[in-house]
Amino acid sequence: MTEPVIQVAHAAVGYDGRAVLRDVSLTVTAGEVVAVLGANGSGKSTLIRAVLGLVPLGAGSVTLFGTPQRRFRQWHRIGYVPQRLGAGSGVPATVGEVVASGRLARRGVLRLPGRADREAVAAALRAVGLADRAGDPVATLSGGQQQRTLIARALAGRPELLVLDEPTAGVDAASQEAFATALRDFRDGGGTVLLVAHELGPLRPLIRRAVVVHQGGICHDGAVPEPAGHHAEPGHDHVHPHCDEEPAGLWSM
Amino acid sequence: MDLFQYDFMLRALVGALVIGLAAPALGIYLVQRRLALIGDGIGHVALTGVGAGLLLNRSPVLVAVVAATLGAIVIELVRSRGRTSGDLALALLFYGGIAGGVMLVGLSDASSGSLNAYLFGSLTTTSPADLVTIGVLGVAILVTMLVLRPALFAVCHDEEYARVSGLPVRALNMLLAVGTAVTVTIAMRAVGVLLISALMVVPVATAQQVTRGFRSTMAAAMALGLFAAGAGVWVAATADTAPGASVVLLAIGSFLVVALLAAGRRALRRRTRPAAVPVAEPTEHEVVLR
Repeated sequence: MTEPVIQVAHAAVGYDGRAVLRDVSLTVTAGEVVAVLGANGSGKSTLIRAVLGLVPLGAGSVTLFGTPQRRFRQWHRIGYVPQRLGAGSGVPATVGEVVASGRLARRGVLRLPGRADREAVAAALRAVGLADRAGDPVATLSGGQQQRTLIARALAGRPELLVLDEPTAGVDAASQEAFATALRDFRDGGGTVLLVAHELGPLRPLIRRAVVVHQGGICHDGAVPEPAGHHAEPGHDHVHPHCDEEPAGLWSM
Repeated sequence: MDLFQYDFMLRALVGALVIGLAAPALGIYLVQRRLALIGDGIGHVALTGVGAGLLLNRSPVLVAVVAATLGAIVIELVRSRGRTSGDLALALLFYGGIAGGVMLVGLSDASSGSLNAYLFGSLTTTSPADLVTIGVLGVAILVTMLVLRPALFAVCHDEEYARVSGLPVRALNMLLAVGTAVTVTIAMRAVGVLLISALMVVPVATAQQVTRGFRSTMAAAMALGLFAAGAGVWVAATADTAPGASVVLLAIGSFLVVALLAAGRRALRRRTRPAAVPVAEPTEHEVVLR
């Protein structure tokens, strides 16, 4: 039996009194690649934000690498990839500088970057195919390349668990491929992945287990659901899982 | 330059140079966080401290450091809670701070001239003791901002990511707030409460017209701050103008020159190079986070 990396037990989260997640339990073990699927507003992003401690739990518990999240301090074991680059700022920053932030969890605040840091940053940039863009301002990159920059930032810390929030939303095909390659390499190196997705695209072959969030609860946990109806048509690779209890037509767009 | 044979001019110059170097080193983080005007708000609060100091016969600068630090902590708490709208909280501090300062200075025996000295700066009255305060605090700010650059960059660039990295985000934010208060208070002597933000923000705005990265922006902004401070004091001494205003006008002048040059370079490039083909990207899905 492998060690559980993430354990969520009976978690509930609410914003301003409105329940977003209720009684959610989820265990992810080492080496798994798990996709969290669901419609917009289903609570899937909230689930991973609760795992990372970015939103407070109303009830239940989250355990990371066997340690209750409140007492968890080994953040270098986790690489987080947010949906997009923060609000952004007027001050330019190069791709290399953004990726170098990923080393802080390992290095700490006070130590200056050394050779190991520079090598890890270079390796992370190579892994996402941006090695030649290290000196370019992030703002000049396409949306997909910016997303790859964020993945490189997470990889630079050499984490054991990657948590990604909609990594492929609005990303061009080349970036999706580069991203799938980076993720496969990470998994082959023994890494664990938890990702939120709206569409799987080229990531589909990597994913062994899908968790479907619907109206704040988990309604499916197992194989990746097959696209159905008009979603199964060629050229449409949305994965819209269909839960039994859901009213017909909810997923149609 | 003959004028710098006088000790008071030399002190003015050294004080201005330290502030010219330290203010943009801190200001870059404020600009990155889109809090460019926070220095102004804290400066207004510092004025209340000056008034209290004059009224109580204590060192106005030291009381101002305390008042500005408290104000900065309050602003940071309001910001991090995200409850009250940030600009309204700032407005309250701006006007409350300046009104309190004017009222307290009025109640004290100090002349209206001393109020002016704090509002618009009075570099030439810098005493040796003042210079020591400016030097020690200025160097402390400078070293902190340079040594903690990776961490402060991470927090200001993407606060949530910094939290997931396990960085002491709250402590770093507080450090930045207190650092702002200290910078504002020492810069008060040079450029005055009403012009402080200019020295923290304008060199950064100038630098980022031409730089590509954060580190290069920081270095260029510090060089520009140093230039504006040095040249401003020189202009003030030779043309007998107000030092604070001279420093700030030189900083803004540099901004205009650099902005024009950068725009010219862009226009030239566009003419010599065919228009770039825009990268086609699929439309983004709407994602509801909360």
